[in-house]
Amino acid sequence: MIYEVFRQERKGQAFQHAGSVEAADERFAESYAREQYGRRGESVALWVVARDAIRPIEEFVDELNRNYHRVDGYPLKEKLKEARERAGTTAPRDR
Amino acid sequence: MSERAQLLLEIADDELILGWRDSEWTGIAPFLEEDVAFSSIAQNEVGHARALYELAARDLGTTADGLAFDREPSEYRCSELVELRLPEWERTIARHVLYEQADAERLERLKASDDAEVASLAAKIDREEIYHRLHAEMWHERLKDEPRYREALEELRPLVGKRNGHSRELESLWEEMTSVRRSQPAGTAW
Amino acid sequence: MEQREQEFLEYVQSGGQVETTDWVPDEYRARLRKFIEMHGNSELMGVLPEREWILRAPTLQRKLALTAKVQDEVGHAQLIYRVVEDLGKTREECLDDLISGKSKFHNVFHYPTKTWGDVGVIAWLVDAAAIISQKALLKCSYAPYARIMKKICWEESFHILHGRDVILTLMNGTDDQRELVQEALNRWWAPLMQFHGNPIAPEQDPMFIWRIKSQGNDEGRQQFLDGYVPQIWELGLTVPDPELRKDEGTGRWHYTEPDWDELMSVVTGHGPKTEDRLDLRRAARENSAWVRSVLLAA
Repeated sequence: MIYEVFRQERKGQAFQHAGSVEAADERFAESYAREQYGRRGESVALWVVARDAIRPIEEFVDELNRNYHRVDGYPLKEKLKEARERAGTTAPRDR
Repeated sequence: MSERAQLLLEIADDELILGWRDSEWTGIAPFLEEDVAFSSIAQNEVGHARALYELAARDLGTTADGLAFDREPSEYRCSELVELRLPEWERTIARHVLYEQADAERLERLKASDDAEVASLAAKIDREEIYHRLHAEMWHERLKDEPRYREALEELRPLVGKRNGHSRELESLWEEMTSVRRSQPAGTAW
Repeated sequence: MEQREQEFLEYVQSGGQVETTDWVPDEYRARLRKFIEMHGNSELMGVLPEREWILRAPTLQRKLALTAKVQDEVGHAQLIYRVVEDLGKTREECLDDLISGKSKFHNVFHYPTKTWGDVGVIAWLVDAAAIISQKALLKCSYAPYARIMKKICWEESFHILHGRDVILTLMNGTDDQRELVQEALNRWWAPLMQFHGNPIAPEQDPMFIWRIKSQGNDEGRQQFLDGYVPQIWELGLTVPDPELRKDEGTGRWHYTEPDWDELMSVVTGHGPKTEDRLDLRRAARENSAWVRSVLLAA
């Protein structure tokens, strides 16, 4: 069975996928992951997960361009120019 | 030689020779993941030997390498169990299981020693040995119903703790282990 | 070349990478897998020349370092064969082809190791040549391989230091010890010069075209010479090639053209130790077959 190994390099960092080991069961997988990804103290923690337990998601749908919840959905340049002209002010950097 | 030095050499020699035998599997173990894991065990054993030799070396006015390599085969205090060349995986695991059990008991006694240095080193070694024991148990669980493994356990069990003389195998192991070192005068750096 | 392949080619040539589940041209997949498989074979076979010396290491420190180095190489084989398996060829299938001689491994692992001098030269110079090739794989268009190369390169960095330490200790030692190094270097020089492969131009090298490798063979060799000939000469060692010199104008090294026929002969299974080592692999595999079936039987 294939087990995927995720490692954390330092406390506070995200766990990242490091590789995989082939093992007969969880006990062997732990032993092997520990050696392959931790024998030099290069990781502070490991997660060992059976490959079958991982559910990949690779397709994301946005047919109608939902930009209302992203920064690129708010172009404010024109409105700001108009508001400043009305108030008789200039942009902060021009003063 | 002090009692402490004798005791330290007994354990150090066991760990060195067992580590030497276990390192024979590096590159040719039954599969790659196990090869990597078992090699760490071999390295730890040699590392334990080194720490023990360093302690004994101070008592004896020599160096760890001097103790590890420059004695005659008859001066080693290892048990016959660790000297045997066991190119079959079932026999190697059987020895691993038997040795780890005996060693655990020995380490418990040493951790309780009045000698603070010995007790402290024993505690450090014991913490590393936890993983060796887990590994040995893991394999024992898997192989315990295999006839060849059970036979190996029966074959090797009588040798646990047997320390009255050496097997013929120690001499040839020592020849190979010291061949490069003996090619130059004593004290040459490598 | 059909449109989809052309787009893929442009994609990888501009630095794009792919994962296991992405579509790739058949030719790319076939060449990639063969290349990676040969790398795995090389790590696995590379263990054999060195492991004997673990048992003969003359100090505890050297014994530990050499065991750790060889262990790394086994670990690299594990990483690489996992990548090959995810590309559709199992470890057992790879071992079948390796042992039968159908697939290849790098030239340097077909030669004998005769002395402790070889141990130093291999860790210092053979590993250096290998790390140059490996660095050229860090940007491989196939991302899973590029990722394991990062771990491999990181681990190899200690191998070279260990090698240099062994060599420097020998060079500062007795006359006999210095002679061990020179003699080993004399034997290893030709295989080292052949290691990076024949001088095919990058534009004609499929490995470069598909951006599996990011540089051509000659480039690797020049980097090796640039990095390591000065290190060799500064110790008072000689290189057994009277033509070896650097053209200060062009910055390129000149050398006696390596024997490409010898390289071809060796990698196709006719090296001095090829048969012995494949026999050892075959025997080890047969003797432990029962272990693998017990573990699978759960």
